[in-house]
Amino acid sequence: MATAARKSGSAASKSAKGGTRRTTRNTQSNAPALSKDEELQAYRDMLLIRRFEEKSGQMYGMGLIGGFCHLYIGQEAVVVGMQMASKDGDQVITGYRDHGHMLATGMDPKGVLAELTGRKGGYSKGKGGSMHMFSKEKHFYGGHGIVGAQVPLGTGIAFASKYRGEDSVCLTYFGDGAANQGQVYESFNMAALWKLPVVYVIENNRYAMGTSVSRAAAQTDFSKRGLSFNIPGEQVDGMDIRAVREAGARAIEHARSGEGPFILEMLTYRYRGHSMSDPAKYRTKDEVTRMREEQDPIEQVRRRLLGEWEVPEKDLKEVDSEIRKIVNEAADFATNDPEPDPSELWTDILH
Amino acid sequence: MPIDVLMPALSPTMEQGKLAKWLKKEGDSVKPGDVLAEIETDKATMEVEAVDEGTLAKILIGDDTDNVAVNTPIAIIAEEGEDVAEAAKGGPKAAAPEGGSAQEELAGESSSESASSGGSAPPAAPAVARSTNAYDASDEVPEGTEMVDTTIREALRDAMAEEMRRDEKVFVMGEEVAEYQGAYKVTQNLLQEFGARRVVDTPITEHGFAGLGVGAAFSGLRPVVEFMTFNFAMQAIDQIINSAAKTLYMSGGQLGCPIVFRGPNGAASRVAAQHSHDYAAWYSNVPGLSVVMPYTAADAKGLLKSAIRDPNPVIFLENEVLYGQSFPVPKLDDFTVPIGKARVHRKGDDVTIVSFGIGMTYAIKAAEELAKEGIEAEIIDLRTIRPMDSDTVIASVMKTGRCVAVEEGFPQSGVTAEIATRVMEQAFDYLDAPVARVTGKDVPMPYAANLEKLALPSVAEVVQAAKAVCYK
Repeated sequence: MATAARKSGSAASKSAKGGTRRTTRNTQSNAPALSKDEELQAYRDMLLIRRFEEKSGQMYGMGLIGGFCHLYIGQEAVVVGMQMASKDGDQVITGYRDHGHMLATGMDPKGVLAELTGRKGGYSKGKGGSMHMFSKEKHFYGGHGIVGAQVPLGTGIAFASKYRGEDSVCLTYFGDGAANQGQVYESFNMAALWKLPVVYVIENNRYAMGTSVSRAAAQTDFSKRGLSFNIPGEQVDGMDIRAVREAGARAIEHARSGEGPFILEMLTYRYRGHSMSDPAKYRTKDEVTRMREEQDPIEQVRRRLLGEWEVPEKDLKEVDSEIRKIVNEAADFATNDPEPDPSELWTDILH
Repeated sequence: MPIDVLMPALSPTMEQGKLAKWLKKEGDSVKPGDVLAEIETDKATMEVEAVDEGTLAKILIGDDTDNVAVNTPIAIIAEEGEDVAEAAKGGPKAAAPEGGSAQEELAGESSSESASSGGSAPPAAPAVARSTNAYDASDEVPEGTEMVDTTIREALRDAMAEEMRRDEKVFVMGEEVAEYQGAYKVTQNLLQEFGARRVVDTPITEHGFAGLGVGAAFSGLRPVVEFMTFNFAMQAIDQIINSAAKTLYMSGGQLGCPIVFRGPNGAASRVAAQHSHDYAAWYSNVPGLSVVMPYTAADAKGLLKSAIRDPNPVIFLENEVLYGQSFPVPKLDDFTVPIGKARVHRKGDDVTIVSFGIGMTYAIKAAEELAKEGIEAEIIDLRTIRPMDSDTVIASVMKTGRCVAVEEGFPQSGVTAEIATRVMEQAFDYLDAPVARVTGKDVPMPYAANLEKLALPSVAEVVQAAKAVCYK
């Protein structure tokens, strides 16, 4: 994957300074525009996640992927925008809905998909599965299956950066469901107390499995969840990659400069059920259709590329087919790669 | 090439379902994400989405069809530029779909129970060497080494201080470890020598700081996390087991967790059920953890140093009652004791008594009593519970033919139950009597002094058990 736009941390912070602070509930974003190249990169990175996840869903349906499989479709702008705002060396950690984060950090789609199918060439040699993948090289620390557990872990990664005197920031993602776990607040307290370089990205996709935010949360504005620890927070339109990138750059700069943690609540939406076996009866079909038609993060970028950037449609078609090729190759690999050798049963228990 | 749309499974256990309704019709153009059809199982209604772009060339299975097997082609999509009529003729078999081989492989997998490369028998665990490999701990201290009487409290502190001097990545964190100098004074003077960056007072937030420590370890530091008592680690056990112990395996060997969780464990004195639990058996149940429970000050020091250097998570179980007891500790620049090796604490030919941690106090006193009656007990101090040094135990049992296992923890699924099992499995033919166990009683620890005493093992019980297996 090309990483030019992803590594443009300095450019992002520059434009961020020019941006005005705002509340982000309004759909009309006044976040600084992306350049044409950035828009193209964002389109490409988000489309890769979308197509990869659709393929995962299909392969799950074919029985090639087992167990649990949580798709990221609809939420692509969050992780891609945050990666655009981060710089090389910044760490990423998340929960179980993690395929998008892996691809956005530049992990190889073949290795990710082969892990989903439980094959030898998967990132965890087939021993972790959908929710448990890691790449030290890409500073991706998982992939954690216990809701909320990644929050103290990410805080600890930030602690280690500060301990070593490094200037990296740990982007710690969790959902609106995890935001009600006690260990999140234990982490907030320590992160604020010790001014740790961590950005908490709360991906509010409105439903914790089947329970809507309003049925689970006494305070539904998650950006306020750090108030009693003096952690600043903001709500961000998580469907608009420009807004995500801009807010992300500011939050990361805050953490990197030694000011301590920052909370970004990303207002986003998942189109698919919680997992593959979720018929999503807790919401109306209209709600899903409306989000897809009016706020789709990829469609927003596509419209701008075709409109104001005057990119010919055939250029985008080329991107589409390039992405399709990457995903199909990954699917081929993940289907044909052998299962792990039986002897792997007994390896990697202890170093 | 035309693409088959297959009947999807909603879960790994679904084998068939009902094709309820088509939402697209033949000739419609479709793109990824479009809902093609609805399918039903006994549990739910789900939508089949298109993954590919093209034209719905042919519907192979119509509306309202029951019992459609998973992976049956239900429609054909012609890709852009393909002749729709030609594609529709293709039929499910002629049109080799992408991933077609996968379906066949899959069919094979579901029909035969284990068509995977593993075959039907799981591979054996790495061979466990038999009892000829008894460990000789007498080599750990060179002859003529000066021995200095040291309390366990000081030995543990010295171990941490030496490792912190040796490795900048080592730091200590926990409640009251710095300014207060340790709730039990185990971290005394560490703050003065190493400063607040490396001796970190935490809020009372076990789940949080255990997880924070694990994250720091993932990132390459070597945290020593003190729990004021292991009873409080119950708040943190998810991070210890799900995050620290399992991640190396789940990452295919990429992400290790070099961390030590240490603190007092088990009964102290009159602190009742919530502050008296012995967790040796709990943690020893978990692959991915090492569990250490020393008795002497020398072992406490040497094992803690090894634990801090170990690339894996180590549970280091101390005992409040033992903190103040003195033992000779070798005066060496760098004294370590290997994890996973037992020590013969007393030699004898008549009966083997196996114990660890504070359980050793009963074993030692019982051996003295037994000697008065002419029974010479051999005492094995396990020192490490996991991995357990069966070899040293088995070698002793092969010599004595009799075994008593002693622990303060509960009897069911306890560490002594594991010892008894291993002796039965590996030295059955050498046993002259069933293995006997002396454990804490199967009750929450009571507060009243007399009841507490009754709940704990006693020297008399060990003596009695040893005599019973000797038929005396």
